[in-house]
Amino acid sequence: MTALDPTLSGLIAGIATQRIRTVDLTNILSPDFPVIVLPAEFGQCEPFRMETVSRYDGNGPAWYWNNISMNEHTGTHFDAPAHWITGRDVPNGTVDAISPDDFIHPAVVIDISNEAAADEDFIVTRAFLEAWEAAHGTIPPRHWILLRSDWSKRVGTLAYLNLKDDGAHSPGPDAGAMRFLVQERDCVGLGVETVGTDAGQASHFAEPLPAHSILHGHGRFGLQCLTNLDQLPTFGAVIVAMPLKIKGGSGSPLRVMALVSGH
Amino acid sequence: MSQHPPRDKRDPLARRKERHTPPGLRSSALHALSARAAAGRFVLQSCQDCGAMTYPPRDACPQCWGELVWQDQARGALVLCETTIRATTDLYFRDHLPWRMGKLALDAGPTALAHLHADLKPGDRAEMHLMLDKGGNAALFALPAGGRPDMDDRQWREFTVPVKDRIVLVSDARSAVGRAVVKALHSAGAGLIFAGMAPPARAADLTDEWAGLDRVQTLPFDITDSSLVAEGISKIAGPLDIVINTARFVRGGRNLVDQKRMMDIAVLGFMRLSGACAPMLAGRPAGAFVDLVSIQALAGEVGFAGYAAAEAAHLSLLQSFRHDMRAQGVRVLSIFSGPSDDEDYQSVPPPKVAPARLAREVVEALRMGREISCVGEVASDAMERWLADPALFVREKNL
Repeated sequence: MTALDPTLSGLIAGIATQRIRTVDLTNILSPDFPVIVLPAEFGQCEPFRMETVSRYDGNGPAWYWNNISMNEHTGTHFDAPAHWITGRDVPNGTVDAISPDDFIHPAVVIDISNEAAADEDFIVTRAFLEAWEAAHGTIPPRHWILLRSDWSKRVGTLAYLNLKDDGAHSPGPDAGAMRFLVQERDCVGLGVETVGTDAGQASHFAEPLPAHSILHGHGRFGLQCLTNLDQLPTFGAVIVAMPLKIKGGSGSPLRVMALVSGH
Repeated sequence: MSQHPPRDKRDPLARRKERHTPPGLRSSALHALSARAAAGRFVLQSCQDCGAMTYPPRDACPQCWGELVWQDQARGALVLCETTIRATTDLYFRDHLPWRMGKLALDAGPTALAHLHADLKPGDRAEMHLMLDKGGNAALFALPAGGRPDMDDRQWREFTVPVKDRIVLVSDARSAVGRAVVKALHSAGAGLIFAGMAPPARAADLTDEWAGLDRVQTLPFDITDSSLVAEGISKIAGPLDIVINTARFVRGGRNLVDQKRMMDIAVLGFMRLSGACAPMLAGRPAGAFVDLVSIQALAGEVGFAGYAAAEAAHLSLLQSFRHDMRAQGVRVLSIFSGPSDDEDYQSVPPPKVAPARLAREVVEALRMGREISCVGEVASDAMERWLADPALFVREKNL
């Protein structure tokens, strides 16, 4: 018998004794989970669908299984660099080629829940981030940036997509904030509770859809439709996010988990 | 929130009433009559050799053995005598006794037995209709000629689908056609209309859309989602008399993602919807399933090839579904139309069918119990040409 490496055994023991707590950051993948709605001139994202093949019946007396279908960007999902035109030439930019080293990274949680509650079109700017750093400390390099907006608490209501006559309304970053996070703080990626890393109205920004454009152009990732971010500390959570190994895939639904100190 | 219309009181412990359908065995000639009656035509056979008119349908002329052809006829008739049937071994008619029938001299020539409207008596002029009974077979029905006969006649109602006070589901009430259908049903006095609204919805949708119309209740419903179909049907909870499938996704071109969605709605969506509501309709005294079908289903159409293919499959399923439901006395009605004057056919020049016109035809088809209807000149013309020469029609539509 070979002993576990002490670091790994420490991790296992930590989880077993709950010194390390696991937090599921994933929404349930269900047919009624909303998907992003693009302007009508573009192709649309398919929601999750499930048809039962058998359920202990004539089509499979002892087994239950379903056929499922969805878009790569349905439910809680991962955006690979190749998702965006700016990231089309990023090496290893598709989900099948991303290094497993990138599946586990620490995270910084930035709480914008009060701002988002007051203004559903709240924009995270560089100035906002600098003020946040002054209050909480500098964002370390190679971290996921998780925007806690409490938007996940709207899941199950029309206020989640929040479609109005002029489109969706939800918070997100502007280009200045994204450049700051990517170029000056070397983030791994941006994780959000909303249906896209960009704000609902971000296609109307002077520099449109900055989160997608800047993140992926620099080979960074996106995580969308996260939940339970309110259970994470500002610093110290480790995110485990492993997209499916879809050949040439632009993204993938996935289970996202955080490891946090139990104390 | 709309309320369910008041229901008849009944003994909560009573055993469920079994429903029967009229006798179904028919000759080949009678099926040919039924196929024409399904489209609302009043036809009789005439002999190509001696010109004699004949009824009931036969395989050869009873006068000269000549060949018989179907011809549309004048609907007038004179009631000669009447009788009331008070005993029968047939289970369906036993449930509906007493039943009045009459003998009529048709203006077209033959004398025929027919079901009689209550207001008709010997010596009256009548207007003849070839109706489909609950088993889907043609039967002659005599309505009083001229004026406005009482459409609530007990016998007549057995051949039609009453809308008044009935509970109706409209599968997609978000489209222009769907909205028009909800309004037309509301005007026709439907008791409660469930207006299916497919996600995604705007925040305002579930409250604003039908504000001002009582007896209309929005229902999250999407025939591409098995679970939402089941959930929607479960929310209807009470009886469901009529289902109107207005859902469609129309796109030209050869985009595979669009094509998949067209198939998902027209074909798989139809199967989800019909499968889920069939048992509920079967339990009702006058259950009906109405489906809107593109006339492009008949022969394909250049420019809308993928949509026409989806509709062809849809039509095929609908025809089999009609057969399945006949045994249970549920009517399955097809409303064919050409391009509608809405967002789906923006690229097509007129003539187009106004959504309100299509909606009126839905109500009319129910009122007359008509299985096959064509709305607008595009659909009527296409059906006529297809029936006359299918091979030529296919060629013309795909030149």
